Formats: sequence, structure tokens, C-alpha cells
Amino acid sequence: MASVTSNPSETRPLATRPPGSLTLRIEPPSTWFELRLQELWKYRELLFFLVWRDVQVRYKQTAIGVAWVIVQPLLTMLVATLFFGRLAKLPSQGLPYSVFCFAALVPWTYFSAALVAATNVVVENQRVITKVYFPRLILPVSAALSGLVDFSIGFVVLLIFTFAHGIHPTWTLALLPLFLLLAVFTVLGVGLWLSALNALYRDVKYLTPFLVQFWTLASPVYYSSSMVPERYRWLYGLNPMAGVIDGFRWALTGTGQAPTATLLASTLIVCCVLFGGLIFFNYMEGSIADRV
Amino acid sequence: MNTAVIEAQGISKRYERGARSSSGLLRDTLARKLRSPWTVFQRQKPDTFWALNDVSLQVREGEVMGLIGRNGSGKTTLLKILSRITRPTSGRAEIHGRVGSLLEVGTGFHPELTGRENAYLSGAILGMSKQEITRKFDEIVAFAELDKFIDTPVKHYSSGMFVRLAFAVAAHLEPEILLVDEVLAVGDIKFQRKCLGKMGDVARAGRTIILVSHQLNQIRRLCQRVVWLEGGTVRDTGPTAEVVSAYETAMTSPERGPASPRAEAKAEFLSWRILEPSGSSPHRLESVGPVTLAFRLKVNSPIRHGHQGIALFDAERRLMWACANDDLTFEPGLHELIYKFPFLPLCPKPYNWQLSLWAEKEEVDLWEAIPELQVTSPNYQHALDEWNGYLNLPSEFRIFTEKG
Repeated sequence: MASVTSNPSETRPLATRPPGSLTLRIEPPSTWFELRLQELWKYRELLFFLVWRDVQVRYKQTAIGVAWVIVQPLLTMLVATLFFGRLAKLPSQGLPYSVFCFAALVPWTYFSAALVAATNVVVENQRVITKVYFPRLILPVSAALSGLVDFSIGFVVLLIFTFAHGIHPTWTLALLPLFLLLAVFTVLGVGLWLSALNALYRDVKYLTPFLVQFWTLASPVYYSSSMVPERYRWLYGLNPMAGVIDGFRWALTGTGQAPTATLLASTLIVCCVLFGGLIFFNYMEGSIADRV
Repeated sequence: MNTAVIEAQGISKRYERGARSSSGLLRDTLARKLRSPWTVFQRQKPDTFWALNDVSLQVREGEVMGLIGRNGSGKTTLLKILSRITRPTSGRAEIHGRVGSLLEVGTGFHPELTGRENAYLSGAILGMSKQEITRKFDEIVAFAELDKFIDTPVKHYSSGMFVRLAFAVAAHLEPEILLVDEVLAVGDIKFQRKCLGKMGDVARAGRTIILVSHQLNQIRRLCQRVVWLEGGTVRDTGPTAEVVSAYETAMTSPERGPASPRAEAKAEFLSWRILEPSGSSPHRLESVGPVTLAFRLKVNSPIRHGHQGIALFDAERRLMWACANDDLTFEPGLHELIYKFPFLPLCPKPYNWQLSLWAEKEEVDLWEAIPELQVTSPNYQHALDEWNGYLNLPSEFRIFTEKG
């Protein structure tokens, strides 16, 4: 899209133009990458409204509203505790299995829901995209952010639950936002790829649930990543959610050791995916309105 | 006043036919690439066409410029490029000032949200700040005439209420440059007039506007200059009166033309004329008396259970009369639809015919008949303008005095 500069005299002397007025330049898509974070900042109010809309609509549409956000991970936790904890007797790093599992389910529920939302966000907003201009990047960002509202509710329940089990957070809790940030960036990185692909190919939306299912099994949600042999640990860390979940659990309960190796690999891979996603999304952005 | 605020040079836009995504399946594409991996490196030559080809234009500050042309001539594409919704394939443009575009009424509305929430959301999408919307909120609600329902979810609104709120939000958008695509005149007749009035106010307030419309009357009333697009290029540009009349002449003569982009349509209206009475022009009515009209319809594939509608609007887009015929059958070929009226009591001013054809439940063609109908019959009404109504009826007057 066109770039916005505040210096109109760059191309042509415009003596009559009042200082500080905007000049929009409309040009064919360039082959290289323009990130335009500045523009994203300019549209922050719209971003806020889109997030606010998502949250409003979600709580208005479901009859049980907020309760659903709590019930879903709670029920999953109960079933998992019964089968994986009691029957399969999976090790849980010295924590009660229910706490072990619930601490992973809260960030995981955020991740899976936000990823699905981010995949569909461009297609769902196709009417707006074809009628109004705004930086398209706002859409996947809004999907990644609006899931955080559900997350916060789930997190409060998780805190109470952990407390009730007599586990008190230590100083490590201060690091928890970092892991959450990593989760947001993972959603954004993967979501950028999927949302652009989804605008191109209509079967992508059917692939996403499968991807999420697959990803659940490859993440330490129901089992401990300590079950993965030490020498493959770095490979396991290439799944960024492994770093997020291990870190989240560690920060919350303060037990076990900091997942440094996994985390390092996870952060690295998220940076790559996010950067690639930005380039891909940016490349698609110019033609997204012609495609959806 | 005379600096150019919009300057476009050599704007071209190429589309790939059938590139509208959702046609593709990732599965198929992957399978294709796997079967013959080398195609990854070959650029296939897609079937392309140029929606715009080397269009240049200049709009000066405070100018209201009209963009006319038949369907598919590239008007909307040009507007979309100038409002940055899509990017040109080549060429460049510069716009100096804050741009707002209005390509549709109700952009971003969500049925689950209330009128108030939607006003904020839609305003934000159109480019208003939260502060700006709050400031104009009461005005918006008053304009939309729905103060009682503003906190009701819009899914419970009637279509009229929905459109009124949507237009009210859009009408309060105040950018320095406004790009508008035929969204004017929505809702019921009373509200349509209000919309047109508001649009006129905006135009007179010295805002720079580009307006796309099929309603030549609207163009005449609001625009100072007109650009006429045809087949993606600028055919003519100049003062409104000249270009619009040239356009009308061209539209009347060789029907809709061979380059019609709607070639794949099942049927399309081509032209119309007055059969009777014959006057100086087949589109001018000089007297109030029996009238016979003929509308030419080209049918490309058979139509069963056709539904054909006709409507007459005046320049303010007020509905004068409408009628429809059902269960029609058309074979491929050229047809003339004949409408006979014992008289048409119309005031001396321009009118528009609107013709529609439906097959089963699907719209085949909706045609704003070009050129407009010019009524130049004598006026049989009151000498004062304010006592002129819709009907132009000759009347006889006598006084009978009973003797006795």
C-alpha cells in the first residue's frame, strides 16, 4: 500500500501547501519488504475497536458467555487428570497432576483458540477489506490480542486453583508475562502465514483444526517434557509452544528448573516464523483485496 | 483553491481472470507442484485483463469531480486504487490531505452489536477517531432518526433503520478528500432526500470529492468536472454539462456496445425509446398524452419464470411509479418490451427509468436506462413553485350556478 510521509516537499515544490499536511503516495507493490510499524501505530484505535468487537460479540453470542471460558479448560483438566494422571500415571514433575495439567491448559487454550481466530480473520473481514483501507496487519494482530481477554479470566481461575492446592508462587511469577508474550508472538507468527494462505486457498481453514490437534500432542500439555530424552530436548524446543508451556508452568509453580535450552530454541524459532510471516503477509497484502 | 490535491499518472491495473481466491485449493496446488516440481520455477501465464489502462487525472482543491462510465469501465477500480484498498499494477498517484472513502454503506457493521456500538465501530473503520465520533454522536443519532433504538442490537433493526444509521455515520465523516461510490440515496424516500441534501452540503462546504455514480442527475447537480471512463481508459474529461451530454449521446446510439463486460449475462437491457408520440428526440416527452415505450432486451440464454420490473424515478430519486410482470418466458434473441400508458402526467424535468429482469430468484440485469427521460411538456400546475406537486395533470374548470 501507499506509504505515508509527512514531508510533501520531497517530490515537488508545493509552496501553497500548509506545513504538516499529509501526502499519500500510491504506487505499485514493491518487490521488497515494507513493514510500516509506524502506520500500525497510527491505526491503534481501530485495532482497539476490532479487539473490543471480537470480545463483545463473543460474550453476547454464547448464552453462558464468560462461564464457557472457565468450563472448557476445567472439564478438559478433569478428564485428563482421570485418564492421564490416575490411570496412565504420567509423571507430573512432583506437582498434583491436576495443577500440572491445568497450568498448561490455560496458555494452550489461548493459543489454539487465537490461532484458529487468526487464521480466519482475513476471510471473515473480507467485506471490510474490499471496501476500506487500513493496514491489513491489524487483523491478525487483533485476533491474537482479543484471545487475551479469555486468557485473563482463565488465568485468574488458575491462580485460585493453584493456591487452593497449597502451591504458592515464588519470584518466578514475575517472568510469566515473558512466556505469555512468547505465546502471543507464536500465534502471530503462525497466524500471519495461515491467514494469508487462507485468503488464497479455501481448504486451509479445514487444515487448521488438524494442525492444532497435532500440535497439542507435540506439546507438553498432558505429559512432562522431561520425558523427552535430553539429547533431543533442543529438537523438541523447535516447537515454540514447548518453551511457552514449560516456562509458564515453571514460572507459576516455581518447581522444576528453568527450561533454558528449550526456551532458547523456542524463542529463536518464533523470531524466524514471525519474520517470515511478516514478509509473506506483506507480500500478500497488496493483493489481498483482489483475492478474498 | 487551485492546487491539485489528487494527482494520478498512468494508473493501470491488471487482474487475473478467476484469481478470486477462494477458487484455489491448497491441496490441488500442492499436488500439482509435487507431480511436476519444475513448474515452481516457471511463471505460468495467467489469463489477464486490464481493468484500468494508463489513467491520469488531476483534482483540484475544493473540486467535486464526477466519474462516469458504464459497468466495468473501471470506475470502482480507480476509486479503490485512490482509496488504497488495492494497489495499481503500474503508475503512481499522490494525494495531499486526509482521505476518507465511502464505497458502501454499513461497512463493518455487526448484527450482534447495538446501534451505539456499531456507530463507534463503523466510524473507526471509516477512519474517525473515538473522540470525533463521541463529539458527533448526538448529531449522528438525530440524523438517523433512531434515538429510541440506539441501544438495541442492529439485528433487530428494519432494513430502513439499519441503512439510516449506516449512512448517518458515513455522512459525518469529515476528511479533506472524500471518495464516494454510489452509496447516496438510501432508505425510504424522505431519507433519500435528506441524504442528497447532506451530500450537497458537503459538496458546497468546499470539500474535495470524487463521486462515482450512474445517476447522471446527481452528477449534474453535484459535480463541476467529470471524467468519463470507458474500457479502463479516460474517454473524455471536462466540464460536467459537456461530458455528460457527450456520454448520453454515446450511450444512446450503438446500444450498449460490443465491449460490454456483461457478455456472459443471461440477458441484458440495451436501449430504450419512445415509440409514440414521436417528437424531436426518442427520449423526450413533449406532451401529456398516450405514450408507448419500447425497451430493447437481448437474451443470451433462455429464461423461464422471468420477473420483469420497471420503475420511474425523478431526479431526487423519488419513486414515481413502479410495476412488474411475472412468469415470463424469453428465448434467446432480441426482444422489445412494450409499455403503453394512456398518459404520463409528469412535470417538465428529467426522470430515470429503471428496468430489472429476474429469472427464478436470480437477478439477470438491473439497468438504469440511459439516457434519462426528458419531459418538456407544458406545466399545467400552479404558477408558484411551492405549489407544484408530483403530478402534471391538465384539468378543466367550470362553474355551474344553479338557477333558482
